[in-house]
Amino acid sequence: MPSLKDLKNRINSVKSTRKITKAMQMVAAAKLRRAQEAAEAARPFAERMDAVLANLARASKDSPTAPRLLTGTGRSDTHLLIVATSERGLCGGFNSQIVKQARLDIERLRAEGRTVKILTVGKKGREQLKRGYADLFVGHVDLSDVKRVGYANAQSIAQDVLHRFDAGEFDVATVYFNRFQSVISQVPTARQVIPATFDEAEGADTGTGYEYEPDEDAILADLLPRNLAVQIFRALLENAASEQGARMTAMDNATRNAGEMIDRLTIVYNRSRQAAITKELIEIISGAEAL
Amino acid sequence: MAEMMKFELVSPERKLASAEAESVTVPGMAGDMTAMPNHAPFLTTLRPGFVTVRGSAGEESYFVTGGFAEISPDAVSVLAEEAVEAERVTRSWLDEKIEAFAAAAAEAPAERAQLEALRLNDIRSIAERLGA
Repeated sequence: MPSLKDLKNRINSVKSTRKITKAMQMVAAAKLRRAQEAAEAARPFAERMDAVLANLARASKDSPTAPRLLTGTGRSDTHLLIVATSERGLCGGFNSQIVKQARLDIERLRAEGRTVKILTVGKKGREQLKRGYADLFVGHVDLSDVKRVGYANAQSIAQDVLHRFDAGEFDVATVYFNRFQSVISQVPTARQVIPATFDEAEGADTGTGYEYEPDEDAILADLLPRNLAVQIFRALLENAASEQGARMTAMDNATRNAGEMIDRLTIVYNRSRQAAITKELIEIISGAEAL
Repeated sequence: MAEMMKFELVSPERKLASAEAESVTVPGMAGDMTAMPNHAPFLTTLRPGFVTVRGSAGEESYFVTGGFAEISPDAVSVLAEEAVEAERVTRSWLDEKIEAFAAAAAEAPAERAQLEALRLNDIRSIAERLGA
């Protein structure tokens, strides 16, 4: 049985933990709002880009002069997995979710006899993947000094990826990130970016009747590398919002658990205090009776 | 009153401008062009240069580093990779861009080399025109 003092200490320490988790939850909520706004602000560009490229791509998919970023290398032997995770922990299953998804795909691709290469963004995913697949790593992007993800960050990642593509290091590239659905739900998502894929959902075919200058292929050649940056940027923004959402939920749970724990400990504390008093009384009474 | 159309300038990070315009001049890859209301649907990529919007409130200018413009009869949307108001363009900012472009041009593979070289050339000449 722990002493009263031990219990008291324990309660105090849980109380300060609760204060910290509560504060983290509130910070995450504020950051979440900002991250969501950023994701929202980036949407018009990405959607328009997607629509235009989808139209162009449909038109010149079979053209022999179509850029390789669209048609691919004709093989799918080597896959590059761009795994985007967070720089910080304490955000529930956020990172594990992405890593789990990536791990499944790595195993599947390997079983099919393909070569897998990994490029990580964010150190949490790197730590987790390093354990099993250290030999597959080709690079890591450190964003720990970046307070707000900017397009420039995405651009430099895209540049790196394009380099590797041009050097023939891989045939297919896929980005792994958590799509922000709501504060309590983030969906681990894999999106293939090379060869480029497009959301076909929006049925509005805006491309009909357009005149292009320069011709379609030249536009594609110009826009596809940019599209890669835009896709990566979008993944990073979704990830940022998801991270804060996941952290908020995790910290909310932690705060609630700490509260429950304090209640339980307080009961134990009161009981043992009562027991000690009763014991003392009994000792006094029985001492008096013995006289 | 002159006929108006919608003008939008969007960068990957945010929407920079949204206004009614009488005409919009964009630096198209094959030359500058001015679009007015009821222009035929048109899509062009952009080289580095100035986008000029004339509306009821006067004229406004933005510097873009690249991207594309989508012109339809009732709207012009410019999707710029990077865009700033023209008056905020400084020589030192341009020099940074020139350096970045030069690096990109040097590393570009054959199929994009010409494109990058053209872009570098364009931004250089703009910098020269602006002077100090």
